[in-house]
Amino acid sequence: MVVTNTKLVGLLVLIAIFVELTQQSHAAVLPKDRSDVMYHSYQGGGMSIDGPSILIRKKINNKISASFSHYVDMVSSASVDVLATASAYKEERSEQSVGLNYLQDSTLISASVSQSSENDYEAKSFNFDLSHEFFGSLTTLTMGVSKGNDEITKNGNDTFFEQAERVNYRLGLNQILTKNFTMGVNLEAINNQGYLNNPYRSYRYLDGAAASGYSYATEVYPNTRTSNAGALRARYFLPYNAAIYASARLFADTWGIKANTYTVGYSQSIADNWLVDFHVRFYAQDQADFYQDMFARKDQYNFMARDKEMSTFNDVTIGIKGRYVFKFAHTSWAKASSVNLSVDHIQFDYDNFNNVLNQPESGGAVGSESLYGFSATVVRFYVSLWY
Amino acid sequence: MSKPVLFKQRKYILFVLLPFLVACQGTIKPWVKPYERNNLTLPVMDWALDPVADNYMHHVYQAREGAQGAEGTSGGGCGCN
Repeated sequence: MVVTNTKLVGLLVLIAIFVELTQQSHAAVLPKDRSDVMYHSYQGGGMSIDGPSILIRKKINNKISASFSHYVDMVSSASVDVLATASAYKEERSEQSVGLNYLQDSTLISASVSQSSENDYEAKSFNFDLSHEFFGSLTTLTMGVSKGNDEITKNGNDTFFEQAERVNYRLGLNQILTKNFTMGVNLEAINNQGYLNNPYRSYRYLDGAAASGYSYATEVYPNTRTSNAGALRARYFLPYNAAIYASARLFADTWGIKANTYTVGYSQSIADNWLVDFHVRFYAQDQADFYQDMFARKDQYNFMARDKEMSTFNDVTIGIKGRYVFKFAHTSWAKASSVNLSVDHIQFDYDNFNNVLNQPESGGAVGSESLYGFSATVVRFYVSLWY
Repeated sequence: MSKPVLFKQRKYILFVLLPFLVACQGTIKPWVKPYERNNLTLPVMDWALDPVADNYMHHVYQAREGAQGAEGTSGGGCGCN
């Protein structure tokens, strides 16, 4: 009873603050009409992924805006995970999404559905987001929920069929602090249930009967995972038409993974038409509780993984972006266009994931190969048009 | 029986804070006027300047890192496994 009263009082306080603040609301705006066409490429770690991506967004009237996006990944994979237990493969993934934004005074309501398809994985998701500006439009409160359903099959095994569900809860607050400084905080809780591992990935275990001294078996993951992430970000305007920005994210989940992400960047406008951006991103994580590079025997534990994404590792991204904007005459149907090129270099270094494609040093123990690491280059070339 | 005591304390904290919070709403006004926000509307200050390109990078990281979420965008359905 006491607990119920406490929650009720807390809710009343929030409602009181919300009602008070919304009395100072100013009108928000719909997202700008725009179209984007992008070519993206990822090369690294034996993987080559590229393809097109398209976004079209158009206002239907002064309250509703609609969007459509289409995205394709053409994958050619010969990664260390694939080469350890199978052969290189090629596949294609496509994703379509449609969405609506509805504007009511200072509140923007967004709903979208998306579907991702590949030959062994189908994912559907529904997203609902709400954004509300108040306190003279200095403060923006956002909240959202996503629900996803995945169907997983396995090439070469017609009887394999598994499902997974995902629910995301988001909460964010963005605050204009001065005429040159904004800050924001985002929180997200994610709940996954069902078949959460990759059916093609294997763990390895010591096996005296094998020539290499070890064998592989299909991984076993828990069927539930709850994740919590919190991020803080800030952007500060510099007087020579530039800005510095930074963000920090903390992450933890029920699998024992703890991760930190830090980003710093600098954007500079040059001569009205040019914009150049430099950024550096640091990411580090601790391994999942059920991860090991080598297990002592088959079926040693209830849950066993050797995905490098579950190991202890860090990655560092260094990126640069260039953008040139064409501005059209006021009488033209199109307002502006931009041509953009982004190049990011990512270096991954693993602390307890060995490169099984290398042999242990002479006289070394089974499973004492050198640690794995690789670099990747991500290129995005895109044209945007505002109308 | 220790939990109820904790919740009772929280309850009183809320009662104490309530008048202050409501009072603050009456005295604190938006301190950055609309005509002072020109810098904040410039492209260098826009967090969502390139939504398609940003979403792609989220996808790149989600498929290769254990952490996810709190990126400030709607997520889900990437089929990253």
